[in-house]
Amino acid sequence: MEKGKKAKKEKLKLAIYWGAACGGCCVSVLDVHERLLEIVASADLVFWPLALDIKYKDVEEMPDGFIDVCLFNGAIRNSENELMAVLLRQKSKILVAYGSCAHMGGIPGLANFHDRDSIFERVYMDTESTINPEKITPRPRFEIPEGELELPAFYNDVLTLGSIACVDYYIPGCPPESERLMEVFRAIVSGAELPYKESVIGALDKSQCDECKRTKTDNKSVKKFYRPWEIEDDGETCFLEQGVLCMGPATRGGCGVRCIEGNAPCRGCYGPPPDVTDPGAKMMSAIATMVDSNDPEEINMILNSIEDIAGTFYRFSLPASILRRKVMEETNVD
Amino acid sequence: MRRLNMEKFEPKIISFLCNWCSYTGADLAGTSRMKYAHNIRIIRVMCSGRVDPTFVLKSFREGADGVLICGCHPGDCHYHEGNYKCMRRVEFLKRYIKQMGIDERRIRLEWISASEGKQFAALADEMREQIASLGPCRVRKVIENVS
Repeated sequence: MEKGKKAKKEKLKLAIYWGAACGGCCVSVLDVHERLLEIVASADLVFWPLALDIKYKDVEEMPDGFIDVCLFNGAIRNSENELMAVLLRQKSKILVAYGSCAHMGGIPGLANFHDRDSIFERVYMDTESTINPEKITPRPRFEIPEGELELPAFYNDVLTLGSIACVDYYIPGCPPESERLMEVFRAIVSGAELPYKESVIGALDKSQCDECKRTKTDNKSVKKFYRPWEIEDDGETCFLEQGVLCMGPATRGGCGVRCIEGNAPCRGCYGPPPDVTDPGAKMMSAIATMVDSNDPEEINMILNSIEDIAGTFYRFSLPASILRRKVMEETNVD
Repeated sequence: MRRLNMEKFEPKIISFLCNWCSYTGADLAGTSRMKYAHNIRIIRVMCSGRVDPTFVLKSFREGADGVLICGCHPGDCHYHEGNYKCMRRVEFLKRYIKQMGIDERRIRLEWISASEGKQFAALADEMREQIASLGPCRVRKVIENVS
């Protein structure tokens, strides 16, 4: 009975696209393994550069709202990313920011510690393996006898998907846990009521610590912070209590504490819990209470044992943070 | 031209004062009719330990040139150790903003007791001088340029 009903129902149109991403998010979709058959049974993939040969113009020709669900992974790094994000927003009923990069800027977002000029300088001039005596850098337009060539323009800043297109839902993670994707997919297929717009789905409202099985006490006091390789983890005690920085307190649960189960501290890819605007600031606030000293000199010494505060606490969220980027000495600001 | 602009520059300084000591101290400066720099914009909080790093970062984002946090002297905190927590957070924040290309002297933490109206007035003037010499904070402009 139900099968007959399903067959009559029109299939969902699904699109997956990538911006500035590593490709891991697309692979995480494949990580659903045999359940991919379940996806294909109730959805048609209409656009997915990783798996299907479809051109930009095919997407442009789709009527507005043609795609039911579009999973957009990756940050916005260049004009092509932005163009496609805006185009896919127009063509999709539901636009999902899939993965940390689309959600908060992710690892590519760390480029906001630099600007376009310094990145070009490093990549096209300075790297040990570069020989570029003519100092050639990519240009958006280039004349050749046969005509004009065009390349996407490289932006000065990495942006989140949400800052250039209206995003319906965010599925966080680097990459998102495949199980969560299936839950969301099943909810959409079954026609269940979806949460309010612009909310994070496929994750919990509570923090990692809530799911973590390690032994925790209320008395967290640290005299020195360690990098994971500097101590022998006992496998049972809370990482923070051992002095290893773990982003758990300022990170949403839902990933199944994969890293901590694997004896590595949380790095914060699932982003902050609801109502937290800036995960790094929350984390600084939490860690500061654990620093076991009231003496300014000693506090200084303890904090010296943290290698890279900005990079550690904003590893996945720099473009979505309050300050968004480093203020460069010569940033293009008048 | 640049010098001329610098002379006109009046910094915006957001100041978080704890209810029990520092705000009362600033109030004393006011009721005693002491003159101090008008650049200080005071926000009263219950304790310097209430000052979330988010508040400070947001101040810079909204266009503050400096942030001054005042709490009770060490050992005097109404909530026992809120001011110590604030001290550690400020240390974190200074390191963080330095990495973000903002001069760490733009954040300052000082202890002002309820009877130190004079000291508060002097501190306000001093902070104004310091931030004026650093010039305008560019965070807001940079962020406007990003989006």
